[in-house]
Amino acid sequence: MAAVAQPKLDALSARLAGLSAPEGGKWARAARDTARARLEVMGLPAPRDEYWRFTRPATLNAPEPVPATVFDHSGEAPVFGAIDRLKIVFVDGVFDAEASDPLALSGVEIEPLDEAARADIHWAREVYGVLEARGQNPVERPFATLNTAFAREGLVIRVTGKAAQPINLIYRHASETSDALIHHVVKLEPGADLTLLENGPAAARLNKVLEVEVGEGANFHHVRTQGRAHERQAVTHIFARLGRESTFKSFTLTVNGLLTRNECVVEMLGDDAVAHIAGAAMGDGSRDAFHHDDTVFVTHDALRCESRQVFKKVLRNGAVGAFQGKILVKPGAQKTDGYQKSQSLLLDEDSTFLVKPELEIYADDVACSHGSTSGAIDEEGLFYLRSRGVPEAEATDLLVIAFLADAIAEIEDAGIAEDITGRLEAWLKRRRG
Amino acid sequence: MLKINDLHVKLEEEDKAILKGVNLEVPAGAVHAIMGPNGSGKSTLSYVLSGREGYVVTGGGATLDEMDLLDMDPEERATAGLFLAFQYPVEIPGVGNMTFLRTALNSQRKARGQEEMSATDFLKLVREKAKTLKIDADMLKRPVNMGFSGGEKKRNEILQMALLEPKMCILDETDSGLDVDAMKLVSEGVNALRDKGRSFLVITHYQRLLDHIVPDVVHIMSDGRIIKTGGPDLALEVEHNGYADILAETV
Ligand SMILES: Nc1ncnc2c1ncn2[C@@H]1O[C@H](COP(=O)(O)OP(=O)(O)OP(=O)(O)O)[C@@H](O)[C@H]1O
Ligand SMILES: [Mg+2]
Repeated sequence: MAAVAQPKLDALSARLAGLSAPEGGKWARAARDTARARLEVMGLPAPRDEYWRFTRPATLNAPEPVPATVFDHSGEAPVFGAIDRLKIVFVDGVFDAEASDPLALSGVEIEPLDEAARADIHWAREVYGVLEARGQNPVERPFATLNTAFAREGLVIRVTGKAAQPINLIYRHASETSDALIHHVVKLEPGADLTLLENGPAAARLNKVLEVEVGEGANFHHVRTQGRAHERQAVTHIFARLGRESTFKSFTLTVNGLLTRNECVVEMLGDDAVAHIAGAAMGDGSRDAFHHDDTVFVTHDALRCESRQVFKKVLRNGAVGAFQGKILVKPGAQKTDGYQKSQSLLLDEDSTFLVKPELEIYADDVACSHGSTSGAIDEEGLFYLRSRGVPEAEATDLLVIAFLADAIAEIEDAGIAEDITGRLEAWLKRRRG
Repeated sequence: MLKINDLHVKLEEEDKAILKGVNLEVPAGAVHAIMGPNGSGKSTLSYVLSGREGYVVTGGGATLDEMDLLDMDPEERATAGLFLAFQYPVEIPGVGNMTFLRTALNSQRKARGQEEMSATDFLKLVREKAKTLKIDADMLKRPVNMGFSGGEKKRNEILQMALLEPKMCILDETDSGLDVDAMKLVSEGVNALRDKGRSFLVITHYQRLLDHIVPDVVHIMSDGRIIKTGGPDLALEVEHNGYADILAETV
């Protein structure tokens, strides 16, 4: 193994100096200690790393976050507000029991991470840091490991049946200098069913990990919106492991944000599983920078699994979008159906879309495809709309929403999809003034 | 209503003159037809009037009710009452036809200082207009013109015209791609809109359409100019003899 580059280790020791190991019982200590040991031989990402060639890790590495102004949402209906849901609130990354609903939901057991971590034995040890560790191969994801080692906040959720309501994690950003480490573990027992909604910017800087074990025949639906704070920075990871005939669907909406790196690592281990991962991002580089990076890794290691990746980005005024997406089909994963689409709509010549789609296939009877495009607004469509009296700015926004539509269409629940579309429309309208 | 005065237009991308001095006047309430060989500049004229990019006006002008059309944005022209039924209606993936129609109508109302139409009133109105054009609910739900047959696209153009109630309607080969029954439907749709305050410029290759939408005046366009103007009989002449005689006459 090649020696780890010194800058990576230097970055790590600078970062570690500002962090303290959380207290915990036996299982949590073990998980955190192992993570820390793993991290110490990895170091933090450096600009030279192949996996970080589109996104600069410096501000994510730094011991202190860059302060971020709190976005004023007043006057706007809360995201997911129309849905009957269990609300759990985090303020600057810290669980706020007062502001949350009681952690009681039929079909589900919910515990704050720090409580679960205090026990000596807990089911969470089968998942916490375990899926994250599996996701380190073949590419290292040090921020996730750092998270496993140091996160105090988060939830451990075990779903035993059909959850009576969706769980909505609401991440409020209150302090301009908040630096949040959140780690959730979700385990769906065979046949269980959960919709997890997440919204809000969480903090000036967020490092979040979500590990999801989807048991046989279980369904996990995930929809998140990352808030609208302009200056916040975030690195998030989802690690999912799918059992036989299970379903995993995850959609993320990102508007604004100085820097966002969303990684999603999905391992399809049971036959006939389905994974859909989608993202819609919309950014304007003029007010502050906008840099959005989706990094996805899907491993097919079973028969007849289906995976879809649909990522769309609308970029303007020097915004940067990046997509790294890989489909790995292991030997024997026959009848794999893998699909990947990453597209950007560049509203001007200053914006950039960087892509690296990858297919790596070791089975012979598979159908895998990927496509990546980057284009300007359709002038014909724009003229058609204008010729009917729709002003140029509004016509452009209609085409923007239309462009994002097939990512949004990946949301299973039509009501949520409509709400997301409606919100985008309203934001664009407000922007037009 | 519409006055076109010695209009010269060339392409932006290349130094190619397309319109070489078009003169035309359509009074309020009149129906004029333009016929002419392929490539003579009929669609170019309609695009230039509606404000499409890619053309440069090198001389002359055009006004709608004394307003300088060529100085306005496409959306302003639409709001002023100009409407082009496209020869090739544009497909817009991801934008629902219904959303498109409502946005168009309300944009125009807003620009004119009128109140936006409520969703329910709009739905009622669309349903009623769509029914007479035999446009089914499915076509209203689908993205604009996506997967529409040629004839369906043309009917969708007329639906837009019926909803927007423009005062100057330009129909560019609205008859092409229509079957016999659809042609009747579309013509009835157009005739229902005929009004003393509304004018039509109907571009077509065929007399057939003009049997249904009877024009007051027929113009023949060739090589970027109107080379002959006459009554409805002129269309019959073209139908029977083609353009050869007319072209020969004017040389
Ligand atoms: N963008 C363009 N680039 C190149 N040539 C063009 C362009 N637009 C128009 N032309 C040319 O200008 C001429 C007039 O075209 P136009 O479409 O206006 O003809 P038309 O009279 O509508 O023909 P048709 O009856 O076939 O519809 C043609 O020779 C056409 O090739
Ligand atoms: Mg034409």
